[in-house]
Amino acid sequence: MARTASVQTKIGFTILAWAVALLLFSPILWTIVTAFKTEAEAIAAPPTFLPQTFTLENFADVQGRSDYIKHAWNSILVSVGSTLLGLVIAIPAAWSMAFAPTKRTKDILMWMLSTKMMPAVGVLIPIYLIFRDLRLLDTVHGLTLIMTLINLPIIIWMLYTYFKEIPVDILEAARMDGAELYDEIVHVLVPMAVPGIASTLLLNVILAWNEAFWTITLTSGRAGTLTAFISSFSSPQGLFLAKLSAASLLAIAPILLLGWFSQKQLVRGLTFGAVK
Amino acid sequence: MGSITLEHVNKSFGEVEIIPDISLDIKDGEFVVFVGPSGCGKSTLLRLIAGLEDTTSGHIKLDGQDVTDAPPARRGLAMVFQSYALYPHMSVRDNIAFPLKMAKMPQAEIDKKVEYAARTLNLGSYLDRRPRALSGGQRQRVAIGRAIVREPKAFLFDEPLSNLDAALRVNMRLEITELHQQLKTTMIYVTHDQVEAMTMADRIVVLNAGNVEQFGSPLDLYKKPANRFVAGFIGSPRMNFVDGPEAEKHKAHSIGVRPEHFTLSTTAGAGQWSGTVNVAEQLGSDTFLHVEVDGLGLMTVRTDGDRTFAHGDKVYLTPDPNRIYRFDAAGKAI
Repeated sequence: MARTASVQTKIGFTILAWAVALLLFSPILWTIVTAFKTEAEAIAAPPTFLPQTFTLENFADVQGRSDYIKHAWNSILVSVGSTLLGLVIAIPAAWSMAFAPTKRTKDILMWMLSTKMMPAVGVLIPIYLIFRDLRLLDTVHGLTLIMTLINLPIIIWMLYTYFKEIPVDILEAARMDGAELYDEIVHVLVPMAVPGIASTLLLNVILAWNEAFWTITLTSGRAGTLTAFISSFSSPQGLFLAKLSAASLLAIAPILLLGWFSQKQLVRGLTFGAVK
Repeated sequence: MGSITLEHVNKSFGEVEIIPDISLDIKDGEFVVFVGPSGCGKSTLLRLIAGLEDTTSGHIKLDGQDVTDAPPARRGLAMVFQSYALYPHMSVRDNIAFPLKMAKMPQAEIDKKVEYAARTLNLGSYLDRRPRALSGGQRQRVAIGRAIVREPKAFLFDEPLSNLDAALRVNMRLEITELHQQLKTTMIYVTHDQVEAMTMADRIVVLNAGNVEQFGSPLDLYKKPANRFVAGFIGSPRMNFVDGPEAEKHKAHSIGVRPEHFTLSTTAGAGQWSGTVNVAEQLGSDTFLHVEVDGLGLMTVRTDGDRTFAHGDKVYLTPDPNRIYRFDAAGKAI
């Protein structure tokens, strides 16, 4: 009897999980189907679920009106570039916090995290002026720099948590074996922390890819990423819902696929240390 | 060469003084064991020698050269950790080869040395395995292999056998002793197990609360303990101590008698002290009796394994008068 009950509970939970997942996914699903509708059908009342006339016109229009490939390339440069730059800075930082902590390490970690709680708009004017004076406005490297800085606290925190799980004995053994600091980090620490570093990398690529506030305010035509690309399609008239959907779909598709294929890695990385 | 000299070494963590002031002279090729109860500072002392901890003051010299401020990588010492500390992402071969790679040795020479170490330690068939696919004893062998390939000035062992089961521990103890005889390299070995200390060491350093209580050969420590702490720590089962009027008869504050230095009789009145057997531990070769001695408390007595006793048996004990250890009020041997 207990066995039947547990099967029923299992089925119940499965249905519930699917329902919640579908509910969360529904806006994305709606965007996907709308992207293949005509503009008229997109705003039709009552709305249709599946496109009555299936069209790819929106995608052609979107590419014709503003250069999708260029924006996508900028997104790749900024998200991957800022993540790699962040890792180069964060790995030694997290090493020192995890393995050579001082009395102030915890305070520094908390202070770094606190910068993430600050509303970005609060520092918009100084950052904008600094960018203007350093001629970084509307440049890919300027955007990469700001993206590195805003995500650095998260990268350091994640790596710090993973590094804490690595037995210090092993690093000490490397030191005894003649490894200098560089060898210790490159040949011992990093290979052991690969799952953690990979999920940090993935999460930060996603965060940088989705970042809209700074990309929209600090770029215009040249260095705009896909978030700037979508925003250029939002129109107060609401007449371009299908095109906006097509633009959105194009913008989120790469990261959606990346997330899909790396979900196992991501979940493993995010629960690393929680379950032994 | 591998002589190690410690001159007035002090180590404090903030306000807490772990090692107040230690000076030691370890000769080249010697097997020295640091032994003491947990928290006595023996591991810290080893880590100071390794360079994994910085000294607060004092000097550490290797072959007469001051290495106090040298990082571990530059000291030319090898260490075997309690947790083995193998690199989990590398094969056994790469684990053993790692120190040689760090020394930028040519690959052909690395291969030769790894093969040799693997043969010496019977690891030949495991070279391509990862550490997680090995048993505890095999892992410890890999850790030793990693230490010997680079021909260090000295080996440091930090309780290397405490994670192994009893039978394997005895085997590995023998292997390490043989290795020392073969390599003739200085070894410093940390343990809390006085049996390991007694069986392996050329000389033993007994530590207590960060101080050296005595530094000498195993039999010296057993026969001539400098104080009550050493007398109680070295020897198994531990020495019995008696305070009060019975000690005053020997003109001492307290006296000590080892369990093996009693004459035991069951004939009424045929002994200096009388008591009742509380527990009899029959080991086969020996029998350890825990005797409640009238007016003196619980004492351990070692006797012939062929003699059998039961709870409540009346026994009579006579300590060997030539082997009674006497201590003053401060615990120092008289």
